[in-house]
Amino acid sequence: MQDAIGPDQFFQRALAEGEILLPKCDDCGAYHFFPRVLCPHCHGAAISWKQAGGKGRVHTTTVVRRKPERGGDYNVCVVELDEGVRMMSRVEGIAPGEVVIDMPVTAFVGEAEGVPAVLFKPSEG
Amino acid sequence: MTTELRGKSAIVGTGHAGFGEAHGLTAYDVMAQSALAALGDAGLNLSDVDGLFCTMMEDSMPALMAAEYLGIQPRFIDGTMSGGSSFVNYLTSATMALDAGLCDVALIVYGSNQRTASGRLVTASRPPAYEAPYNPRYPISAYAMAAARHMHEYGTTREQLADVAVAARAWAQRNPEAFERGPLTREDVLGARMVGDPLTVRDCCLVTDGGGAIVMVHADRARDFPKAPVYVLGSAAESSHRQISQMKDFTVTAARASGARAFAAAGVTPADIQAVELYDAFTINTILFLEDLGFCAKGEGGAFVEGGRIAPGGVLPVNTNGGGLSCVHPGMYGIFTVIEAARQIRGDAPGIQLKDIDLALAHGNGGVLSSQVTAILGSQNTL
Repeated sequence: MQDAIGPDQFFQRALAEGEILLPKCDDCGAYHFFPRVLCPHCHGAAISWKQAGGKGRVHTTTVVRRKPERGGDYNVCVVELDEGVRMMSRVEGIAPGEVVIDMPVTAFVGEAEGVPAVLFKPSEG
Repeated sequence: MTTELRGKSAIVGTGHAGFGEAHGLTAYDVMAQSALAALGDAGLNLSDVDGLFCTMMEDSMPALMAAEYLGIQPRFIDGTMSGGSSFVNYLTSATMALDAGLCDVALIVYGSNQRTASGRLVTASRPPAYEAPYNPRYPISAYAMAAARHMHEYGTTREQLADVAVAARAWAQRNPEAFERGPLTREDVLGARMVGDPLTVRDCCLVTDGGGAIVMVHADRARDFPKAPVYVLGSAAESSHRQISQMKDFTVTAARASGARAFAAAGVTPADIQAVELYDAFTINTILFLEDLGFCAKGEGGAFVEGGRIAPGGVLPVNTNGGGLSCVHPGMYGIFTVIEAARQIRGDAPGIQLKDIDLALAHGNGGVLSSQVTAILGSQNTL
């Protein structure tokens, strides 16, 4: 079983290949995040992976204030995806203070702290 | 806790040490000084302690370290770590242990030297794996996002948040034990350095050293001690999440559930409470907990605290020692909500002593609004 990988590794490997996969419960049909071996809603243990649609809205947001010489201010937010799950992330492409609650955002795979990460940009149109 | 445990245990001693800056002392030194102070208050010795309730930020087995340091061999220990709420939570386990005869003298104790050791919040917890890459500043980013959501949904203003800090300072100014006693206005809070929007550094708790301790015995023998006993009438907990991104509703905490059960156990209502001691790590906490514990309706917390309504002379005395915002905040403040509530009931509060206090509420918060624990304490008159 040396090739066996758990839900966390499965998610991270897909992310490293540029894919955002979300765990979905076979029993109750609800998505959840973060990945785990059971469904936190119905506690079923049969979980499948689905490609994330990538659309969501900023549920709440803050600006972490940091001195310019240490990299300057940056955004930290929690995004709710259309699938109903929430994740911490940041919105890139606009000033951190311009990220507002309910703003429509689109996911992309980028890098945070040197590791592949789900990031967001403002949705177009 | 069920109503069967109402009034079964009592606080017979409280103590603290190292408030502000405890130069040259380790966290365990501060813990031990606090223990001695509380036992002295109760007229007891360390050798009387056979139940130990302790957690610290210093290592993974703090209750064992504390017992070893104190030179005791307790027959009951509880080192449950739910963050700053842990020490309010121990009121429940200590009451259960005392009532079951598992121990006779329960010592709840805590100490920290985070200010003189590092100058910042000391935490032993690892950043959650699915949040760490985004570099949230722990814990302020979590509370800032709760505040942002409360402002968005209910129109709560930064001015109302600021008034929480101003009220805390007004209490602290009359408390010689409080660390920050200088003047503080709403404008000072609003104009202070922004740390995590919408919170400025004055919306945040202090970073101090300090320790606290509580001695509890069974109610059957609670009147045999020098100080008037303070009874645990009800205590209840609820935990909702660990990572802030997993909090279901950023404007409603598990305090709604813990509070309702604590009130039911004690057989009282929010209107009966004469002093309210809340874990105010950030100004938004006070607003959230006043709402969730039933002192005002959801969304009305901002208006409830506005313009000195929870300051000395206001409509409800909240955080009468100055709270974590202005009195002391050594990393886990929860124990100090219990100590101040007990002292208000005993009549020996260090700052403003309210008149004829029979019922007080202490509320602990742990993690990032994750663990909520409510305790209702009462005088002999409330039994």
